[in-house]
Amino acid sequence: MPDDYRRTLIRQISQHAHSEVVGQLPEGNWITRAPTLRRKAILLAKVQDEAGHGLYLYSAAETLGASREEMLDQLLSGKAKYASIFNYATLSWADVGAIGWLVDGAAIVNQISLCRTSYGPYARAMVRICKEESFHQRQGYEIMMTLARGSKEQRAMAQDALNRWWWPTLMMFGPHDAESYHSQQSMHWKIKRQSNDELRQKFVNQTVPQADFLGLAIPDPELEWNEERGHYHFGEIDWEEFSRVIAGKGPMSRDRLEARRRAHEEGGWVREAALAYAEKQGTRAAA
Amino acid sequence: MSAALFEYTLRLGDDALIDGQRLSEWCGHGPFLEEDVGVANTALDLIGRARLLLAYAGTVEGKGRGEDDLAYTRDEREWRNVLITELPRGDFAFTTVRQFLLDAFNRQLYERLCLSLDATLAGIAGRAVKESEYHLRHTGEWVLRLGDGTRESNRRAQRALDDLWPYTAELFESDPVQEQMEAQGIAPATASLRAAWLHTVEPPLRSAQLMIPGNTWPQTGGRQGMHSEHMGFLLAEMQFVQRAYPGQAW
Ligand SMILES: [Fe+2]
Ligand SMILES: [Fe+2]
Repeated sequence: MPDDYRRTLIRQISQHAHSEVVGQLPEGNWITRAPTLRRKAILLAKVQDEAGHGLYLYSAAETLGASREEMLDQLLSGKAKYASIFNYATLSWADVGAIGWLVDGAAIVNQISLCRTSYGPYARAMVRICKEESFHQRQGYEIMMTLARGSKEQRAMAQDALNRWWWPTLMMFGPHDAESYHSQQSMHWKIKRQSNDELRQKFVNQTVPQADFLGLAIPDPELEWNEERGHYHFGEIDWEEFSRVIAGKGPMSRDRLEARRRAHEEGGWVREAALAYAEKQGTRAAA
Repeated sequence: MSAALFEYTLRLGDDALIDGQRLSEWCGHGPFLEEDVGVANTALDLIGRARLLLAYAGTVEGKGRGEDDLAYTRDEREWRNVLITELPRGDFAFTTVRQFLLDAFNRQLYERLCLSLDATLAGIAGRAVKESEYHLRHTGEWVLRLGDGTRESNRRAQRALDDLWPYTAELFESDPVQEQMEAQGIAPATASLRAAWLHTVEPPLRSAQLMIPGNTWPQTGGRQGMHSEHMGFLLAEMQFVQRAYPGQAW
């Protein structure tokens, strides 16, 4: 395996793993406040799945010779990137719906394409993950549907969530193709199979009718069906905001990293205890 | 309706829900990723169990209250969970030792409830006993690792056990509701339950170099709705959406 190819894969897979792990936090913020017991159970199961996705992906990266510790260090020191979308705050229950519908929806578009990626263990992790992501998206859409069919206050809550999550979701697909160095490299190695702009367009095309069905307005005055091209034309992303959040200056960037660091630091004595116990057991078995 | 059966089922449901609520606070904040998955797993089982029990309590009551009415619109004095479940999650040792004590209790309780003359409770117990058996294996292993790990982990686990032990008496309290349920063959006798529970928790605690505190006085009140000051905050958080927007579907 060429060294550059291996390094690129480790970078992409570990970033993906970090995203799953940090991705537990925004929705996790609502588990204790979920408005029904059924919703609480579904949300808890979903966030648990994300932790599981993190585990499969770290394992896939480990097959390439990266250690979990190294990867974790990079996340906690702020060196490694993770999906910027998780640096936005969840302000209402509707955000849980919007994240499932839009963010998991966008993740599926990306990940379906990755099921054909050139590195086998990554592709296999993606196949497994994609199955669970579609359940995540359905539960999110179902929440949005319930709110959209609910009271005036609930509809306003749903619209507000869509307003806040729409653009950050489009940013999940990354910079325009022409500006994405990593993306071109990855396409060349067949790690990435479709370009950022292609995937973004695909997402917009499938999501606009879903918003229409909910009776919610996508916050983009330029959004319009283009008959000739057979797709939705949409407005330009605020690339300044994009760069700012990627650079770690999103509204929740500090909090997310801090939450991960705290969990890691507070867990230090637990990991030491587990290790010490295992060692004692080993000595006892040998004796 | 049977007032005692309603009350008894509510106690079981509230214990499961409040324990699950506290555990779910760990989601995304555990000491490592495998444990995030593990804790969420137990929390999910407990919340699932609470849903079945509260729904059944609502049916027994016969006033049209469902699981969510009972979970989201009762005020503090109407909650029947034991106090140990509502205590703040503390550190990982506190959560683990508490869960170990409760898993051992649930394991014994639901095994006996499988033989309940109330068919619905017996059915719920059939599933619950398998879950609690599994939870107990998990927390039992952790008690060993923490107690017999490092000095630091032993100190934390011992402190947790000291703090929690006085609350365990409440699990075996008797009162007219309990007596009536026992007399009707619906609930197991608390005395035999206590012996079986002690028999379950003592050996692992001993192997883990942890000492059961002597000379404690029992901390009780939950079954009468006399809670700790933590309960109000737990409810404020859990019930917030339903309280802010009453009477809506979610
Ligand atoms: Fe995921
Ligand atoms: Fe997901």
